[in-house]
Amino acid sequence: MVWTKKDLLGLEYLTQEEIEIILDTAESFKEVSTREIKKVPALRGKTAVNLFYEPSTRTRVSFEVAAKRLSADVINISTETSSVRKGETLIDTGKNIQALKADIIIMRHNCSGAANMLARALDISVVNAGDGWHEHPTQALLDMFTLKEKLGKIKGINVAIVGDISHSRVARSNIWGLTKLGANVTLCAPEILIPTGIELTGVKTSSNIDEVLKKADAVNVLRMQFERDEGTAFPEQWDYYRRFGITEERLAKAKKDIVVMHPGPINRGIEMSSEVADGANSVILEQVTNGIAVRMAVLFLVSQAREAKK
Amino acid sequence: MKEKAKILDQEGINRAIMRIAHEIIEKNKGTVGLCIVGIRNRGVYLAQRIAECIKKIENVDVATGALDITLYRDDLALASGQPLVRKTEIDFDINDQNLVLVDDVLYTGRTIRAALDALIDFGRPKSIQLAVLVDRGHRELPIRADFVGKNIPTSNKESVEVKLEEVDGADEVVIVEKSGTCGKGTPC
Repeated sequence: MVWTKKDLLGLEYLTQEEIEIILDTAESFKEVSTREIKKVPALRGKTAVNLFYEPSTRTRVSFEVAAKRLSADVINISTETSSVRKGETLIDTGKNIQALKADIIIMRHNCSGAANMLARALDISVVNAGDGWHEHPTQALLDMFTLKEKLGKIKGINVAIVGDISHSRVARSNIWGLTKLGANVTLCAPEILIPTGIELTGVKTSSNIDEVLKKADAVNVLRMQFERDEGTAFPEQWDYYRRFGITEERLAKAKKDIVVMHPGPINRGIEMSSEVADGANSVILEQVTNGIAVRMAVLFLVSQAREAKK
Repeated sequence: MKEKAKILDQEGINRAIMRIAHEIIEKNKGTVGLCIVGIRNRGVYLAQRIAECIKKIENVDVATGALDITLYRDDLALASGQPLVRKTEIDFDINDQNLVLVDDVLYTGRTIRAALDALIDFGRPKSIQLAVLVDRGHRELPIRADFVGKNIPTSNKESVEVKLEEVDGADEVVIVEKSGTCGKGTPC
């Protein structure tokens, strides 16, 4: 089994084996970041372009670090200061980047499906760094990598995803990936933030956080995206914390070794308490470290696949 | 792949490894500051076996590690199929050590070139020495081995296959008529 895709667009489009190739490759890459010289020459002479239509620090920097540790050259394009402001279309921007002989575009976009559209129009690799409410595949991959590291396996574990499922591409990618690898997924949120029909993907839903936590081996706490609040769907912040916030009291009734994850940035005192965020069960910063290894694996695999097709 | 000749059997391999272990100790005047790093895949097991022999001779444990050179290959862009990236595990300091690099077959020398680049990223050993089970000639780079189990003159149409118990279920070295493109008989 080898990786043959020039792009990474979402976990929906990958098989179980393909997801496992990425996770296994990432395991090998993790060691590189522990060296004194944190660099390998695998992508020397390749150019990766970070094309971000939405503000992002951690994902963009993580991709940049990953590409640099593989010796690729990295160019950051912020759409605030580019021709996008003059009305250039996404495809035109992509084709211009391709004409510059770049090898990989890493894109974040506010429209669902933007990465898929760009990938179809270009010969170079496209890596989805988050598109609208659709997918954020590398975040889910690093979540799964961390789970595998902490719990030894994915198959059969109980994972709770808590928070604003409706607006979350992180949740969607996690659902695709975790169910493909055989985990039992339960979504927990106020009913209004759980999309109708989501059970069809094979997950359970609940609005009772205490019941969900009792069974969970891991809880992935999503950020409440209040910036997406259009004034109707969201509960009050204090009310959300009271009903769904992960606190020490709630955690005391959960499994002792429950793994607490958060994709960041954390709203302390809204999704979880500070004590939990910094507590013994939290692996939030390890997720950040693992994100580099996973993104190195993705960048390496997509460029190898493209070389093979030449 | 057609097997042409068996060069070493299990006993032959054991004797060669034992002799290499003696030579390593002799050249380095003991085992102080000595470490052994095997190149994935089969070099790792050979490195462990050499360390076991040194343990028998000197009753000293020598640090061993594993090196994956995939990311340093000079033909990474041309590699047919997809090279599998495996873990490098060197959990000791190689600075100022006499480091013995171990591989199964020495052929073009390109693997060793990549391994040297990789090792230098881990530190500055006092010396790097090379031990191989088989030297089959046909070098494309100015590289030679310090310790050789067996010199086997070969043609480029042939391939030398080292099989080890740990990977292949049996110990032997054979020459086969080549059908694939990879010189060492391992999948590229």
